[in-house]
Amino acid sequence: MDIFLQQIINGVVQGSIYALVALGYTMVYGIMGLINFAHGEVVMIGTLVTITVAGLLAAAGLPPILAGLGGLIAAVLCCMALGWGLERVAYRPLRNAPRLTPLITAIGMSIVLQNVAMIAWGRNYLTFPAFLPKANFEVAGAHFTAIQLFIVIVAAATMAGLMLLIYRTKLGMAMRATAQNPAVASLMGVNIDRVIAAAFVIGSALGAVAGVMVGTYYEIAHYQMGFMLGLKAFTAAVLGGIGNLAGAMAGGVLLGIIEALGAGYIGSLTGDFLGSHYQDIFAFVVLIVVLMFKPSGLFGEKTGDRA
Amino acid sequence: MLEVTGLRVAYGGIQAVRSITFHVGEGETVALIGANGAGKTSTLKAVARVLDAAGGDVHFRGEKISAIAPHDVIRKGMALVPEGRGVFPRLTVRENLRMGAFIRDDAVDIDKDLKTIYGYFPRLLERESQLAGTLSGGEQQMLAIGRALMSRPQMLLLDEPSMGLAPIMVQKIFEVIRAVAADGMTVLLVEQNAKLALESSQRAYVMESGEITLNGDSAALLDDPKVRAAYLGE
Repeated sequence: MDIFLQQIINGVVQGSIYALVALGYTMVYGIMGLINFAHGEVVMIGTLVTITVAGLLAAAGLPPILAGLGGLIAAVLCCMALGWGLERVAYRPLRNAPRLTPLITAIGMSIVLQNVAMIAWGRNYLTFPAFLPKANFEVAGAHFTAIQLFIVIVAAATMAGLMLLIYRTKLGMAMRATAQNPAVASLMGVNIDRVIAAAFVIGSALGAVAGVMVGTYYEIAHYQMGFMLGLKAFTAAVLGGIGNLAGAMAGGVLLGIIEALGAGYIGSLTGDFLGSHYQDIFAFVVLIVVLMFKPSGLFGEKTGDRA
Repeated sequence: MLEVTGLRVAYGGIQAVRSITFHVGEGETVALIGANGAGKTSTLKAVARVLDAAGGDVHFRGEKISAIAPHDVIRKGMALVPEGRGVFPRLTVRENLRMGAFIRDDAVDIDKDLKTIYGYFPRLLERESQLAGTLSGGEQQMLAIGRALMSRPQMLLLDEPSMGLAPIMVQKIFEVIRAVAADGMTVLLVEQNAKLALESSQRAYVMESGEITLNGDSAALLDDPKVRAAYLGE
């Protein structure tokens, strides 16, 4: 029982990170029908920028928590600029191209960003600085750390902020209207280019926050870390119903829990033939099962015909 | 108010609208009638910048608008109610109307105008928190017209407002269109229902294969034997 509870806690923490990243995929898809496969790399850049900036701030004598906060702010700003630039340079010129073209471009941008990061930060694993005290808590036999608590609280607050933006502001209403009918939204005076740019910028900001969480959680970072994380978050978005914000959040948390339970029990289920390092299997089994039996996802309104 | 000269619209190599010229005066209701595929909707879309014209000029209130960005058309005071209504299905009725006022920042007057729209269409008030996608076709048409009015336009462009609606709904909607026009709104109305369009307008243009073949006072066109034969089923 305590293994079960423990894995649920681990799953919710990992799932909160997936959820934040999945929101970036789903926002862009909802508005323009594009899977931005470079989004995982935006998250990676967020992590690496945090390491650099927080390192500089710490060297300048700031206490760890402030250095971390400075790193977070720098990562959010950098990723927002990166998301804006990606849309402008890579996707806007292809707005009227066949669906496959921007998809291939997205994969290309993902490779470009990985290589830029490799040149800038090197090939080696980097240590992510510790900003938070290593406190431990225990509830009903299950343990969790201050870092895990921090991740879940920040993720929840960030997502609540996003919901307020989307459902309570004029920009949010314009974004929802554009997702539903861009031509008519334009008739209402909405500048579609700006709304699309906003989706990229906001999604990238969420990705930056997720990047800091990943770094804080695993304490290492690498220029290729965005690839698998991006695929998992994409799976979460599909699981929830791509294009659907609530679906991305639920799909993220659910995927995190499925993975954690899978990793926790795979050993005893296979007589120790497979170990917990096979946990990546579960995300992709989920992806295949969803695509086979419910391609619109748990919350999707209709089966999308989009690439 | 609206001057269209030599407007052409082409899809690929096919000419949908072949150099047409017409105008709508301030406060007038002008109808554009004709058979399916005559180029009425293409004309309206090109005027409202939803699609790019292949040639010609559009002047609105003395200003050339044929090259401005599509999302700026409504800021010039021209609101199009698109064919097929184009409501935002997963926004509520109220949010749809607020989208109509997207270009405005005067919260107090927006609320006042919401009440005016609900006065025209009490049905929308009953359903204001419902998602627009759950409305009937007639209610969606009411919503689309109400949404266009929320921008406080100088001119209203209506594309097939009667399409697919029950006769009782068509009557209600045209009552409102006439009431809005009587309040001084300039209206350009595209309609397949020629009788209804001619009865609701002062002047009309008849389109055939992308050209204007007839024009004149609506009352006179209603009596024109050619029009009666071709469009009124006599």
